[in-house]
Order: sequence, then C-alpha cells, then structure tokens
Amino acid sequence: MASTPSAPLAPTASALARFLDGDVWHSFKQSPTAMVAAVIALVCVVAAVFAPWLAPHNPQDLASLQLMDARLPPAWVADGQARYPLGTDDQGRDILSALMYGARISLLVGLASVALSMVLGVGLGLLAGFVGGRIDSFIMRVCDVMLSFPAILVALLIDGVGRAMFPNAHEALAFTVLILAISLTGWVQYARTVRGSTLVERQKEYVQAARVIGVSPLRIMRRHVLPNVLGPVLVLATIQIASAIITEATLSFLGVGVPPTSPSLGTLIRVGQDFLFSGEWWITIFPGLVLVMIALSVNLLGDWLRDALNPRLR
Amino acid sequence: MLAFVIRRLLQAMIVMLTVAFIAFMLFQFVGDPVTNLMGQDATADQRARLRAELGLDQPFVLQFAHFIGNALQGEFGISLRQGRKVSALIAERFPATLELAAVAAVIGLALGVPLGVYAALRRGKFMSQLVMTGSLLGVSLPNFLIGILLILVFSVLLKWLPSFGRGDVVAIGALNFGLLTWDGIKHLLLPAFTLALFPMALVLRLVRSEMLEVLRTDYIKFARARGLPDRSVYFGHALKNTLVPVITIAGLQLGGIIAFAIITETVFQWPGMGLLFIQAVQFADIPVMAAYLCLIALIFVVINLAVDLLYFAVDPRLRIERSGGH
Repeated sequence: MASTPSAPLAPTASALARFLDGDVWHSFKQSPTAMVAAVIALVCVVAAVFAPWLAPHNPQDLASLQLMDARLPPAWVADGQARYPLGTDDQGRDILSALMYGARISLLVGLASVALSMVLGVGLGLLAGFVGGRIDSFIMRVCDVMLSFPAILVALLIDGVGRAMFPNAHEALAFTVLILAISLTGWVQYARTVRGSTLVERQKEYVQAARVIGVSPLRIMRRHVLPNVLGPVLVLATIQIASAIITEATLSFLGVGVPPTSPSLGTLIRVGQDFLFSGEWWITIFPGLVLVMIALSVNLLGDWLRDALNPRLR
Repeated sequence: MLAFVIRRLLQAMIVMLTVAFIAFMLFQFVGDPVTNLMGQDATADQRARLRAELGLDQPFVLQFAHFIGNALQGEFGISLRQGRKVSALIAERFPATLELAAVAAVIGLALGVPLGVYAALRRGKFMSQLVMTGSLLGVSLPNFLIGILLILVFSVLLKWLPSFGRGDVVAIGALNFGLLTWDGIKHLLLPAFTLALFPMALVLRLVRSEMLEVLRTDYIKFARARGLPDRSVYFGHALKNTLVPVITIAGLQLGGIIAFAIITETVFQWPGMGLLFIQAVQFADIPVMAAYLCLIALIFVVINLAVDLLYFAVDPRLRIERSGGH
C-alpha cells in the first residue's frame, strides 16, 4: 500500500513511481475484470462530473425545450433524430443529457454519504475498540440493533423523521436529510470493522510504547492506530459507494429522495415508469441501465481491491 | 436453554421499548398536535383545555406510559392525512402485504433450494452456469428495476399479466384476500416474483456452496460406499446438513421481504402497508409512521427470536451444549 506513515513526507513524483512499482498496480494490470470495470466507472464519472460541458443539451434550461421534440425514440429507432441519441422525454428533454446530469447528482449524494458515514463509523469504531468498557458495549449494542433491520428500512425511517421535522424544507435541506439518512445507516459497517482491527492493534508494542512515553490517548488513536486500521476501510468504502448510490436511487424512486427540481437517476426511473405503457420504454430503461452499470463496476472494483490488499491471497 | 430463551426475550423487550420510545419522540418533537387539531386562531384558553384533555400537560414519563398502553392495544391515533383511525388503516392494508410476502417467501424457498442443489450437483455444466449467472443478477440488480423490467416484458410487450393493483378480492370477515380468485392470483404473480428474486438468489447461492462443502465430507463418501441410491445420499444426508445456515438466512430474509415489500408495492401500486408507509413519509403523517415503525419492529423481533429457537430444533449439538452449560 502506498499510504505508509512516511508517504506524506515523500515528494509526489516518487510516491507515484512507488505506486506504479507496487503490488496493487501489478495486480490491477493482471485482472481484466478490474480494468474493464475501471474504464466503465471512469467513463461514467467523467460524463457525470463534466456534464455541463459534455452534455449536448441542458435539461434544466426550460427555454431550450421544444414540445415538438417530446417523446422521440432513440436515434437508431425509426422516427429517432440524431440530435437526441437516446431519445427525449415527455417535455422534449434529451435523455442522454438528463442522464449525465442525473448521474452527477447520484454520484454526489453517494460519495458525500459514504464520506460522512466513513468519518462517523471510523471515529466510533476507534473509540469503541480503544476505550472499551461501557462505551464499547453501548456502541456495539446500537450496531446490533441497526444491523437486525435492513439498511433500506433504516434509511427510510431516518429520512421520514427528517422530512417530518422540516416539512417545508428547501432544496439544500432536502439533500442534507437524504445524505444524513444514508450515512446514519452506513456507519455501522465501518464501526464494526475498525473496532475489530483496533482491538488487535491496541495490544501491539508500538501502542504500548507510545503510552509509556506519555502520548495522549487521542493522539495515539489518530496518529498511530488509525493508519494501521485503514486498509479494510478502503475496501469497504468502495463497496459502500455502490450500495449508497443504489439506496439513493431507491429512495428517489420511492419519491422521498432528492427534490424533484434536481432529478437523480432514481427520479428519472420513477418519472419514466409512467410512460412504460404508452411504449416510451427509453425514458426509464436507460437511467436503469446506467444505474446498474455504475453499481456493478464499482462493486467489481471493490472485489478486486479486497483481493489485491489481502496479503494471504498473494 | 430456558436461560437462553429468557435472555433473548429480555433483549427483544429492550429493542421494542427503544423503538416505541423513538415513535413516541416523533409525536413529541414533530409538530404540535394542538395546533394541528385546532388551527392557528384558537384562544390560549381553548388550547390549554385541549392540552389537558389529550393529557399533554402530564409529566413526560406518564405520557410515555400512556403511549405504550395505547400501542399495546393497537391504538396510534388518527391519520393526519386520511382522517381515519390508524389501526383501521393498517388492518385494511395488512392482508395485502401478508399475502405478497408469504407468496414471495414460498417462491423464494421452493425455487431457491432445488436450484441450489441442482447447481451444486451439476457443477460446471452449462445449465448450472446459467443458473449461477442469473442468481448473480438477482443479487445485484436493484429490486425496483427488476419490477420495471418484468412489467415491460410481461405486461407491456406480451400483455400476459396485469401490472398494478390487487384485482378481485374476497372478503373473509373484515379482511380481504386476493389469493382466492383467479384474477387476484394473476395480479399477485409479478409483484410476488419481483419480491422473491433476491431471497431466491441468496438461498440458491448459499445452498450451492454449503452442498459443495458437505459433498466433500467423509460421511457422504461412506454413504455412497454403502451403496445407497443417489437420491437418498443427496437429499437424506447432504441437504439435511446444509439446513442450519439456510434457516438463518431464510429467516432473516423473511424480514427483508417485508421491508422490500415497500419498494415492490410502490412499483406495482399494490395496496399494502408499504405503500401506506411511503405515503405517510411523503406527507409527514406521524401517527401512521409511528404505527408502522412499531409493527415492523415487532415483526423483526419475532422473526429473529423464532430463528434462534429453530436452531435448537435443527441442530442437536446446540441442545447438548446449552443444556449442559446452564
């Protein structure tokens, strides 16, 4: 792994060289699945991040919409127009552009909630493993209770409570509630993983040595234990990105996710479902396809990373 | 074993109390019921009187005890959106969800176990590869997408099956059941299959890997050496010994089915509890949310408890160890 404790001190160029020379990059070059998944994920991320510059149309610009162009099928079907490669929806929006903007919002919510749940989970896991005692058993009981319910249900409940507390929430608040709901569900996994590895690390000599020379517990946790328990967290975070994106899509599909003014992939699928019966399958199938592609490629990358970082498999 | 059961019962009670407390806090912090009931123009005097009538001036602990007392009788007040008693709304919707979940669970197990055994016995053959690829899709595709794909294929393109609602139902007492009419069964097929796909794929993969594990053991070789017929070796000896993990997963998935019914019911506009709950979340309908929260927690606690107890019935080793230890 490139993140040895001395890595921040080394100049960037040599860190990159070391990464290219290391095990992880080598195993990446050996795995065709990982490379295909990485390419798909990269294409999706680039298309989403640079949507305002890459998308052929701006779906949020109401002035550019023309009702004449509504419900056009994809370009390769009869009646399709080359201007709209994947067709248009009921208001004449270009599906391809809507997809790119939608993926942008899905990725944003997914990454933000994974980051938040990682910080929360790693912090609580470190605390539980390092301090032990009552704090440990309290945090672990909370984890047990949360794990006995499916994640989507917990997220729905937190989301519901958030919506009930701020009934007239404006857009930014709706996003905050959504991200909080997903991350308050996801932290449990990190907490359990980190607690497990912290319990092991705590017994080791370097922690005892740091204690003997009088380093404060907070500093030991942050500077000494934390870097040594981050490996599994990295793998977990990759897989959690996929499940966070799917949770977001599900909540948005159910109509309790992102505000309708900024549609994500789930919102697009929800809206498109109504047009299934009038034959306009492309409005809902393409967002679904993109969702599956993102989730699948991220999951495959996570699987590969888990094997690559596992020294027993080498 | 008795000590174990009592400990699990205590744990279950603590979980239920926690959930009830969360539901109670919803009422406390979200919106003022007095304002909801009387509107903005009521005088301070009227407000105080209603407050006393509803018991809202009592101490916190008393109010919580009162809430629990009502909850035990199934009373959660009046739905803010529909203006009807929550208990009546739930009673109306419960059979629909029960029907859907039960049929999905039966499909999941009835297809998952045999397909898992098949995939294990014919490992590497084309058909079993196909089954495994299909199960991978079943595990990784989001539930609502599967539903939409099934609607596209079976309702829109082939026009074989209806895609929303329950169809004709038959009333038995106060409860409506759709399984008793042909139309009701046709309406049930797509949503039940959508809901069954994930647990089915999970059970299938689990049975396959457990079977492969068991088939390598010595007692299977011995059973073969004794000249027992294949069927008795596979089903009498091998399958029986894969059951402990299968029961755990299947039991926990039963809870998952009820939770994921929320999504399936939304896709197929199935008038069950999940749809009721989603509408309650959309409109911040606190009494309905609180009631659903308590009910679903109760279902989960009962399932988890039942799974724990089933271990004793299935695994004789546990009976000896536990009864010796306590």
